[in-house]
Amino acid sequence: MTAVLIRATGQNLQMAYNQSLKSLGIVRLLERSEMLASGDIAALVYLWNPLTIVTCVGSSTSPIENLVIVLSLYGACRRLVPLAAFGWVIATHLSLYPAILIVPLILILGYGPDSPRRKLFQQRASIKVGENPSTDIHYQQKELASQPMLPLRFSWRLVVHFILWASLWSCYVLLLCGISVRQYGGLGEMFKSTYGFILTVPDLSPNIGVLWYFFAEVFDYFRNFFLIVFHVNILFMILPLAIRLNHRPCFLAFVYIAISSLLKSYPSVGDSALYLGLLGLFVEELADMQFSFFLFCGYVGISFLSPVMHNLWIWRGTGNANFYFATAMAYACFQIILVVESVSAMLNHDRMLRKLSIMKP
Amino acid sequence: MSLVMLEQVQKFRIREMELSFTQGRWNYERWGGFDPISSSNAKPPGVELWAVFDVPHDLVDASWKNLTHTLSGLFCASINFLESSTAYSAPDWGFQPFSGSLRYGSLPREAVCTENLTPWLKLLPCRDKAGLATLMDRPSIYRGFYHSQRLRLSSTEFGSTEVESGIALDQTLTVVLQPTTSHRASMTYSSDSVLQPSWSLSSIFGRKVSGRCVLANSSNVYVQVERGLMSELKILHAEDEGSGADNLTFEKTWNNPGFELSIAPNRVIKEVNILHDETSIVLYEYLIDNYSNSEPFDLGFTWKFPVVWSSPQAPLHASRFLMGSGNERGAIAISLKATEPSDGLWFADTIENSCMLRFNVFQVVPWYVRVYFHTLQVFVDGKPQSVTDFIERMRISPSEDKVSPGVMEMALKLPCCVKSVTLTLEFDKGFLHIDEYPPDANQGFDIPSAVISFPDFHASMHFLKDDSLNKSPLLSKFQERSPVLCYTEVLLVPLTTPDFSMPYNVITITCTVFALYFGSLLNVLRRRVGEEERFLKSKDSKKTGRLGQLLSKLFAKLRGKSWEPTQTQSASSSLISSKLIFKVILVAGIAAGWQYYSG
Repeated sequence: MTAVLIRATGQNLQMAYNQSLKSLGIVRLLERSEMLASGDIAALVYLWNPLTIVTCVGSSTSPIENLVIVLSLYGACRRLVPLAAFGWVIATHLSLYPAILIVPLILILGYGPDSPRRKLFQQRASIKVGENPSTDIHYQQKELASQPMLPLRFSWRLVVHFILWASLWSCYVLLLCGISVRQYGGLGEMFKSTYGFILTVPDLSPNIGVLWYFFAEVFDYFRNFFLIVFHVNILFMILPLAIRLNHRPCFLAFVYIAISSLLKSYPSVGDSALYLGLLGLFVEELADMQFSFFLFCGYVGISFLSPVMHNLWIWRGTGNANFYFATAMAYACFQIILVVESVSAMLNHDRMLRKLSIMKP
Repeated sequence: MSLVMLEQVQKFRIREMELSFTQGRWNYERWGGFDPISSSNAKPPGVELWAVFDVPHDLVDASWKNLTHTLSGLFCASINFLESSTAYSAPDWGFQPFSGSLRYGSLPREAVCTENLTPWLKLLPCRDKAGLATLMDRPSIYRGFYHSQRLRLSSTEFGSTEVESGIALDQTLTVVLQPTTSHRASMTYSSDSVLQPSWSLSSIFGRKVSGRCVLANSSNVYVQVERGLMSELKILHAEDEGSGADNLTFEKTWNNPGFELSIAPNRVIKEVNILHDETSIVLYEYLIDNYSNSEPFDLGFTWKFPVVWSSPQAPLHASRFLMGSGNERGAIAISLKATEPSDGLWFADTIENSCMLRFNVFQVVPWYVRVYFHTLQVFVDGKPQSVTDFIERMRISPSEDKVSPGVMEMALKLPCCVKSVTLTLEFDKGFLHIDEYPPDANQGFDIPSAVISFPDFHASMHFLKDDSLNKSPLLSKFQERSPVLCYTEVLLVPLTTPDFSMPYNVITITCTVFALYFGSLLNVLRRRVGEEERFLKSKDSKKTGRLGQLLSKLFAKLRGKSWEPTQTQSASSSLISSKLIFKVILVAGIAAGWQYYSG
């Protein structure tokens, strides 16, 4: 189901991309390269990703979390506000980190799906106006009318709807939870056990992240300090990324998902399956990303090496915790490189679009 | 009784308490499991403490905590480790038929030495300076197979009835020794068996009893001849003297074909049995009043004929072991095998003409061995059975990480003809912080002994109703009806350990990864095209050497870009380093501020 939704989101994004390119008049770009169906690619990547398959085989609940995240993105792209709100509330309820997706969701609802910078549209419009000073307002209106998806204004109506629906869904979910956990200590106990567990990291079982070994070795005096530092690292990046990438909210959502799966307290390969699938939505823009082959080899290598080291350490007793932790750190480094390079490639693509739109008369 | 213990009882309002220090494991197969000695004196290795308090329900834990600290100071042992809620449990009915405010804790790894024995002896009125306690020669005691010192306190002060209110303190030292054989058995007998070694008090302890303690009301030594030995001697006597032997008087003599006592006993006490075909236990009593410094008491026991006998066993012999390999999961198995009933010792609990055997299992498992109680399986005679068929009732308190251990109390009922029962439970191993590991972490962690009790069977002796018998506390203790108990082995569970030598390395490397993420992402976001082009132009003017060109070729291959000779590395390196320095200073400032405000 997630793959179907990704495909639909991808189609939506692609339509928006085409339209925005047309509106900028960069038809030459379209003719130069063939348009890849990014939605289909993303859906196929998600379905055939070995990490997704492994997650499903292991009967984890990650596919359900992925589904509701993609559901919210799809709902936002299609302007289905209740669906988007539902997806976001359930995703936050299941694991705390999708709460940061509220920023890209609001941006999608307000501005619409990914498009080049609004400045370009304004420049284009001003150039056009400059070129044809004699055209009357009628022509301009026709221009504007022929581009119904042009995101020049932030539509507050949809955002307010979203907030209303989100609060409605969250009240409903909290009510249901309250009723079902009443005999176990009430909502406070539930929050302490679920969100408190995610935030305070009491269980130190080895996983593919870097936090377990750190908190097994850190001195008790600094434990709270480092907990705050690690969680603020995710929160801190929300604002700069939102400022820089506010015209591409779907890509912003992808970056947020990648960062939260890198820095979360109990990551799993299900999280990386999600963002690798979403990466496929942006093949057009990220076509000339640096280090792509290196990253691919890195992911493949880590996915082979990590279970081997785990087995050596825990089942055979011949290895050390350091072997397994080294693979976890290498995995984190590869994820960092992926995030940084994809952001850089997207910004480069924007720069290229800007150059092309300026150059064209 | 010493003032210290009186003070403790009054301060903590203890109704009953038992503390035992044990080294070694009681060998139930060889030393018996059905007599009063093994039921009440066979204790699990290490320290075991349980206490019943007379305080309101919410104050019991605080009283327990204070009690553990006090006892720890009194006995020079680390009983204070039992104070945290992860170490003790509150059994309901599995351990004792009390309810409510019983707290039970056990430390299997505690070593017992003379430092624990000395304060225990100090509680005696004469210490070890006079009376029977002068026999406590430390090397002899600690050379044995098993030694256990037990302190039992019961107080009726807080009860509702005021009759006979008082505090009773029972101190018991149980030692299993092997007498040294001074000569190799040179005589071989017809059945090719070896004569048992003869012993005397001076040969075992190196000392003799020179009089009794003046503060003691009575001071007695008893030699008990077990049922099994008695029946073997009877057979021997019958063989020896042919038929028509005087079997009744044989038991009253201390000089018989099997063994000989060097001193004549003051009294011979014979057990009165309920069932007539059982052999009775015989006790030879010696009063120490009659001995003094000039005439010390040194009892000698000489074997005359090799006898092989078996001690009466509990209905089921319990053992416990671990299954599975690897440091991620495993299983605990409790295996109970039926023992041979000796001389109809048990009475059948007939319910509708069928004989049923009931027993209780009580097990406490620490939190880092996460037992999944839903995986409980019962195997009867090797075949898996449905759990509800055999379990009468069960009380489970699942473990909570770092808060409480996992407690299991089960009451099972089996038909008497069953030969073996095995209970298995699966568990996952946890992962601890480096501070929580003991000094020798690779040895593993201990799961305390499980307690198997048979509520239907009572290990007690029955004597003729004689007032003089009740004066001896030991005999009145033997006559008490206490349920048969047996303890299983302590399990050693190895857990995965992190690398203890690397806290700094792990912290710095992880923080480096985070800094890499933070710095490079901010840098990418901040980069402006114009500035980069200007920087590249300025770099173009410089000449790059051969090595620089090779390096840049390598990097371009890595990036998948086409190589241009004048392409240099991106301008991000110097910018990243300044970003990093800024971040390091910022984090250091925050840490210093944190330290200042909270330190």
